[in-house]
Amino acid sequence: MLEPFEFGFMQRAMIAATLVGGVTAAVGVFVILRRLAYIGHGLAHSIFGGAVVSFTIGFNFFLGASLWGAFSVFLINQAARRRQIGGDAAIGIVTTAAFAIGIAVISRARSFTRDFEAALFGEILGITNQDLYVTAGMILLIAVVMFLLWKPLVFITFDHDVATSYGISVRWVETIFSLALAATVVAALQVLGVTLIAAALVIPPVVARMLTDSFPRLFLIAVVLGAATGFLGVYVSWFVDVSSGATVVLVQAAVFALTLGWGVIESRRGLSAARRAERLAGLERALND
Amino acid sequence: MATIGVDELVRLEGVALGYEGVVALRDVDLHIAPGELIGIVGPSGCGKTTLLRSLLGEPQLYAGTAQVADNTRVGYVPQVETVDWNFPITVEQVAMLGSWRTRRWLPWTSRAERSRARVVLSQLGIADLADRPIRALSGGQQQRTFLARALIRSPDLLLLDEPTSGVDIKTRHEILHQLAGLNTAGVTVVLTTHDLNGVASHLPRLIALGEQTVLADGPPSEVLQPDILERAYGQPMLVVQSGHETYVLPIPEEAPGAHGDVLPPPEVVSVIGRPEGDEAGGTDADPQSDHA
Repeated sequence: MLEPFEFGFMQRAMIAATLVGGVTAAVGVFVILRRLAYIGHGLAHSIFGGAVVSFTIGFNFFLGASLWGAFSVFLINQAARRRQIGGDAAIGIVTTAAFAIGIAVISRARSFTRDFEAALFGEILGITNQDLYVTAGMILLIAVVMFLLWKPLVFITFDHDVATSYGISVRWVETIFSLALAATVVAALQVLGVTLIAAALVIPPVVARMLTDSFPRLFLIAVVLGAATGFLGVYVSWFVDVSSGATVVLVQAAVFALTLGWGVIESRRGLSAARRAERLAGLERALND
Repeated sequence: MATIGVDELVRLEGVALGYEGVVALRDVDLHIAPGELIGIVGPSGCGKTTLLRSLLGEPQLYAGTAQVADNTRVGYVPQVETVDWNFPITVEQVAMLGSWRTRRWLPWTSRAERSRARVVLSQLGIADLADRPIRALSGGQQQRTFLARALIRSPDLLLLDEPTSGVDIKTRHEILHQLAGLNTAGVTVVLTTHDLNGVASHLPRLIALGEQTVLADGPPSEVLQPDILERAYGQPMLVVQSGHETYVLPIPEEAPGAHGDVLPPPEVVSVIGRPEGDEAGGTDADPQSDHA
């Protein structure tokens, strides 16, 4: 049972997955409540393009991918402000175009294919100490931003149209949040890969949403669940010999399925209890009559 | 540009307002003094919300000047139809959003903030619902929750967008009573309403909108006139005045009263179930009578 802990690469992988699982869930809470799941998916693809270009020109991966992500966010915001385009279409156009640039670069430089597969599907077991420090630093930065912007962020997420009238600079807060989202995707790229990031952003907050009606509690449950499933996914992947990123998402999907099933059983129990109470009341009325 | 006077809270002069280059209202002149209670009436889409939100500085100003007195704390209560009622948040948490500027860089609220929220919720009679999720509230409780969010800032100017829409007659009565109480305590209240009989006719001052501008501004007896209402709504209106009460009814083109007359009260009025001694027929929720 303790075998995975004996290897340095597994220790680093479990720490990275726990951190990334927690931060993607934290940012994901705001993503799902604002019904922006599509932007997480799109940004992951967009940032892949940035990662590829950075790699090709020999630029720092994290910095290059982050700048690419920030530029994508800027373009999405600019395009979405035009009424004829709208948010969804802007995300679709910008992120797909940015992804396509990555594919185009790959097709011109086939020798990098293996590295790009790692970016697509994640390569958590190849994380070095330096990668871990950079990832932890980015996550700390995201956590500080979310800490400081918590109140306006909650306000905007709940009541976007009214936030300005309460003195919140909606445009600024939204831009900073979008940048934090881009940074989250970059931090998660090596752990989960482009194709799986959207699941990690969405599943833990959705599970938490099914469990509570209180926002602070939802946030805490989502973060704990994201971190725990990140750790558990990598741990389990050692024994089942399956890609770690995929195992993390499969563990999260299993938790979602269990929560959903439990919810269905609970609601049926509640329904049958109500029916029993109704029948008893009917019987009592009949006896009284 | 004329500066705002000491006895003024809001001054709009020759204002044209709108969004994204589309003018919704033009030639608007409006002066609001501290302590007023004002209703904005008019048909759907006439610019009631735009005018209300202009007091928050939100719509784009295409002409004229709009001024709100310095250091005015404004509380805003949106239409409940615009709220996501499935959002995971409790009544107390909504109320405390109103004081987000207090310790703005910290995610948690202080004990003092929570106490303040409890006091406001108690004043509105919903303290026992503090921990209830908003999706489990009735229409009146929803309105009070958002009123609590506005009141927690101790506003000088309270703006409410359709505060009585979707609530039953008893709740409407209670909400009006609470607004009248706040107004008596010195809060300037401006609200929009579709309800000419149940709400607008009881307010001391009305602003009627139509044809993209202000058609009339004054007491209900002056504003709720058949010609003004017909211009606003594009349909003839029957206006019945009985003592202090004004009743407005839309009427078909060919019916009596369709030619802009103010009719005397009907000779025979059947009153069912009025308590003995309540001859005046007024209610304690009548903001006008509270003001008198």
